[in-house]
Amino acid sequence: MELRKNYFADVRKDDLHEVGQPRPRSDSPGHVTGKTAFFADRNFPGMLHLKMVRSPHHHARIRSIDTSEAEKHPGVVKVLTAKDVPHNVYTILILIQIGPEDETVLADGKVRWKGEAVVAVLAETERAAQEAAAKVKVDYEVLPAVFDMEEALKPGAPLVNEYHGQNYYLYDSGECRKVRFGDVEAGFAGADHILEQSYQSSPIEHAPTETTGCVVAPEGNDRFTCYTNTQAMFFTLDNTSIILQMPGSKLHFVGGTVGGGFGGKVDVIVEPIAILGAKLTGRPVSFIYSREEEMQISSPRAAEKVVIKDGVMKDGRIVARKVTGYTDAGAYSRHSPYGAQKGAGHYPGPYTIPNVWIDTYCVYTNRTPSSAMRGFGVTISDFALEVQMDKLARLIGMDPLEFRFINAYRDGDMKAHRQPTEGAALIECMQEASRAANWPVAEKYMAMSSYKKGA
Amino acid sequence: MAKVPVQFTLNGSEKAEFIDSGTTLLNALRDKIGDTSPKGGCHQGTCGACSVIIDGELRLSCLTLAETCNGTTITTTSGLSESGVLHPLQRAFLDTFATQCGFCTPGMIMAAKVLLDHTPNPSRDEVVEALSGNICRCTGYEPIIQAVLLAARANSQNAA
Repeated sequence: MELRKNYFADVRKDDLHEVGQPRPRSDSPGHVTGKTAFFADRNFPGMLHLKMVRSPHHHARIRSIDTSEAEKHPGVVKVLTAKDVPHNVYTILILIQIGPEDETVLADGKVRWKGEAVVAVLAETERAAQEAAAKVKVDYEVLPAVFDMEEALKPGAPLVNEYHGQNYYLYDSGECRKVRFGDVEAGFAGADHILEQSYQSSPIEHAPTETTGCVVAPEGNDRFTCYTNTQAMFFTLDNTSIILQMPGSKLHFVGGTVGGGFGGKVDVIVEPIAILGAKLTGRPVSFIYSREEEMQISSPRAAEKVVIKDGVMKDGRIVARKVTGYTDAGAYSRHSPYGAQKGAGHYPGPYTIPNVWIDTYCVYTNRTPSSAMRGFGVTISDFALEVQMDKLARLIGMDPLEFRFINAYRDGDMKAHRQPTEGAALIECMQEASRAANWPVAEKYMAMSSYKKGA
Repeated sequence: MAKVPVQFTLNGSEKAEFIDSGTTLLNALRDKIGDTSPKGGCHQGTCGACSVIIDGELRLSCLTLAETCNGTTITTTSGLSESGVLHPLQRAFLDTFATQCGFCTPGMIMAAKVLLDHTPNPSRDEVVEALSGNICRCTGYEPIIQAVLLAARANSQNAA
């Protein structure tokens, strides 16, 4: 690997011994010999299999649930409904005081998306659990559903989630996350050109090779060991503790080995119900998503819609940016209010713009709840921003890379969130990119530096 | 459910089990015999994580009924290293950083082994073709391809 030591030579530490040195990964020997223990590699005598009865409707009231036929099915040990869950309404981020609790472990009275968990069936074999799940009778009154964020925000739209009272998340700062810096309208008034564009994205599934799940073993003394592939061990432990109203000391979580996640395994969905099953039956329980469930039920990256309006001068300076962002949370919050908030922080981009106005909304619809995925909240922002940057450069007849040099933030520049820029290396990255891509830029840009002495 | 007797050689040892008729080889290996090196990623023959070698041929154990394996010789990734010495492919996967989460690794190694058994000096295209039935979601294909080519070179040096 080539290290460019000419950059930041006067502030560089050169006595490091680890960076740039190859080190073997500690888990690789287990991977190549097939000895690494993923959660599903644990097998316990008498283990039960959990299968979920899921809503076939996007939005429906539950009139009644009849589990009698399922309970009589050979091999069935226990059937769980909402009334079995000690604290059935929860939300993941309540642990960091972000409420309200808005999602049910098992649906109670209403389903808000197609695939929502309604009844859990525990049986001696996977097949028996599947067959019994098919015998659960749920009587639904189908309600009007809303699948589009703009429709959801219109007055009179079907209310997706009563725990919010309206189809958007109410932040403590209001109906959206806001960034206000300078005077955006004055910026537009003085701009040579204005460009307003809309961008939108679809949900994206992570599709980890190992599906989501957990295996739970009762240890006696009302203590449970949960082998899980969660990516968020303590979120899972603490939320399970709340949902099951059990002290965390009764719950022993074993994880750390995850067969691909990409953010798709940070929600707390399988563990609480599997532990509850183990608690109520006294037997080990395995709850593993089928591939079909993984693709349809697990929370995808949110669909987003972004409207960006920029004011730009003929010399290449962006003087004003106004952004409205919408994040489709689906029916429940999960991590989406946070994703929308991250977008608000990100829309100025790595550029120094004197006048910025940003609103980002987290919107509820009757779609699969979205959640974390690889830079959620900022990845679509970056796509939109950088396409917009290319369009702006074209608009004023400037090279797109040179256009970015003009606007790139440098140390000491004030960002729209009123944090001074520190440790920026964007200029240097673009210089390297220019060389690597054989995309020449004018010599004055190659002479620039992010690092300003005294900044 | 009817139980059927099944006998086969797994990684050099004789196995004899009574299994439920209709059980996949993947479930029989993992749940009955305790060899969890084949992984269940999709259970529908598309991800390759459950790949094993049956009588020298690459097979998807999730689509193979255990009862059809009577009298066969089966190799899984857990049977590749001998008395603690890694197989050249395993060594190469370590040396090229070809594992990330490790879930696809056993299937990848099985697919690569069948390729090298049949074609000791494969071209890059042949490696890509041989691995095309195995999905890696941690974007690790390039190091995996490099691992197989490295193991092939090690093989040819040993033979020379």
